[in-house]
Amino acid sequence: MIEALQFEFMRNALAAGLLAAVICGIMGTLVVVNRTVFFSGGIAHCAYGGIGLAVYCGWPFLPGTIGFSLAAALVMAGVSLKAKHRADTIIGVVWALGMAFGIVLLDLSPGYHADLMSYLFGSILTVPGSDLWMMLAIGVGIAVLVALYYKDLLALSYDEEFARIRGVPVTALYLTMIALLAVTIVLVIEVVGLILVIALLTIPPFIVERHARSLMQMMVGASVLGCLFTAAGLWLSYRFDLTSGASIIMVAGIGFFMTLAIERIAGRLTHTKRG
Amino acid sequence: MTAPIVSITDVSFAYNGQTVLQDIHLDIGQGDFIAMIGPNGGGKTTLLKLILGLLKPDRGKIRVLGQPPEKASSAIGYVPQNVHINRDFPITAIDVVLMGKLGGSKRWSGSNTGDRREALTVLERMDAGGLAGKKIGDLSGGQRQRVFIARALVTRPKLLLLDEPTASIDTRGQADFYTLLKALNQDVTIVVVSHDLLAISTYVKSVACVNKCLHHHHQAEITGQMIDILYPCTVEQVCPVELVAHGLPHRVLKDH
Repeated sequence: MIEALQFEFMRNALAAGLLAAVICGIMGTLVVVNRTVFFSGGIAHCAYGGIGLAVYCGWPFLPGTIGFSLAAALVMAGVSLKAKHRADTIIGVVWALGMAFGIVLLDLSPGYHADLMSYLFGSILTVPGSDLWMMLAIGVGIAVLVALYYKDLLALSYDEEFARIRGVPVTALYLTMIALLAVTIVLVIEVVGLILVIALLTIPPFIVERHARSLMQMMVGASVLGCLFTAAGLWLSYRFDLTSGASIIMVAGIGFFMTLAIERIAGRLTHTKRG
Repeated sequence: MTAPIVSITDVSFAYNGQTVLQDIHLDIGQGDFIAMIGPNGGGKTTLLKLILGLLKPDRGKIRVLGQPPEKASSAIGYVPQNVHINRDFPITAIDVVLMGKLGGSKRWSGSNTGDRREALTVLERMDAGGLAGKKIGDLSGGQRQRVFIARALVTRPKLLLLDEPTASIDTRGQADFYTLLKALNQDVTIVVVSHDLLAISTYVKSVACVNKCLHHHHQAEITGQMIDILYPCTVEQVCPVELVAHGLPHRVLKDH
């Protein structure tokens, strides 16, 4: 790893990966406890529609994509607030439609051939320094917002009805959380790709959830675990010349199944001791 | 007589076009201890949610402490029916109780030690002080119920609404639990939804039967012999709930 870090692109890749891991550790915790994993998938895929729209209309890339994803996310959030039992269907529709919309618009844009693979898996090895600063800014912004509204977010995630009775502005807070999620996903996708975002949003928080005693612990634990997966995955990708995003996800996946196995064995051991 | 804590006038509520509650009139006075009984789907939980301001009536007026429910809801302690499904949620019992301190507390102060001490005191009062540091998912149904009641009490409510609080407590625990409620009733007005009239009849002061309509059987009708308590709903034209008690357990029949 040390020798790999003499290259600037590796240093940037590592920094981008670690920042993504921390951002996804915080937001992923909220995603997992609020059960909005499918929702996040919808936002992430739908963002492709925004990319298509930005290219077709000649808009600057980021504002176009973020605007499009935000609008789609708020539509999905509105539906899930009004008709919970229909939410997953609507998300599925927006998911597919957004992606198809993007691809058709890219087809119609002259002279541009979109590389779907780089959107899916990102290009972490070619991250420019400016993107790192942007990610750092988002990371700090998210950490501050979550810290400020921690108690309210906890109440919202644990017991929405009770939060409402205690005077927490539940609807506004939920929509803000979703908007924050949409912005995060789009910005991080640009750097590390859609698949890695989903993996980092879900796998580390899930592993940590059962062992954490508070939402805060879960956020910190998921961030640390995400960083470990990212560093290990990047090293493997350098050492064996593998696609970096996919390597990181493979490491995270192995970690996921190892935890399940260890928990199962540990559970059986305590069970035998008791019985 | 002092002004009622809750006054419900001519309230109707429909869910997806289906009438759940119709022409409800109910005054809950200071110091009341009301058992709300009725068949499943009879509208008991809906009525609680209307009082809490979580639902809006289609018709009629609800006032809690003289205010619209959504403005007064912070004065109500609420113990919901389903004590949460996600067992893996990373939260300890004391943090669940502290949720009751939300609103009004200073955002920047982190975890306020005064609040923490108060939460612990309430937990101890519920005989659950030893559970404070345990993860909520590791507790038994009855223990979790105590934590949720502590969460409702720590809000220092004027009115306590409990939705089938003894569903996960065994018979002996239920008696203890209702004795505790009776003690609490000295300071707090209580409405408790229950299936089991027998278990609570010796503790409550009045019974409200809810099955689309509501009839409030006042004190006079239920004090006296146990046999009378078993048939509080003999006025069939008035009360929407029929009770049959041939030994134990009694059954609550639907509309007739």
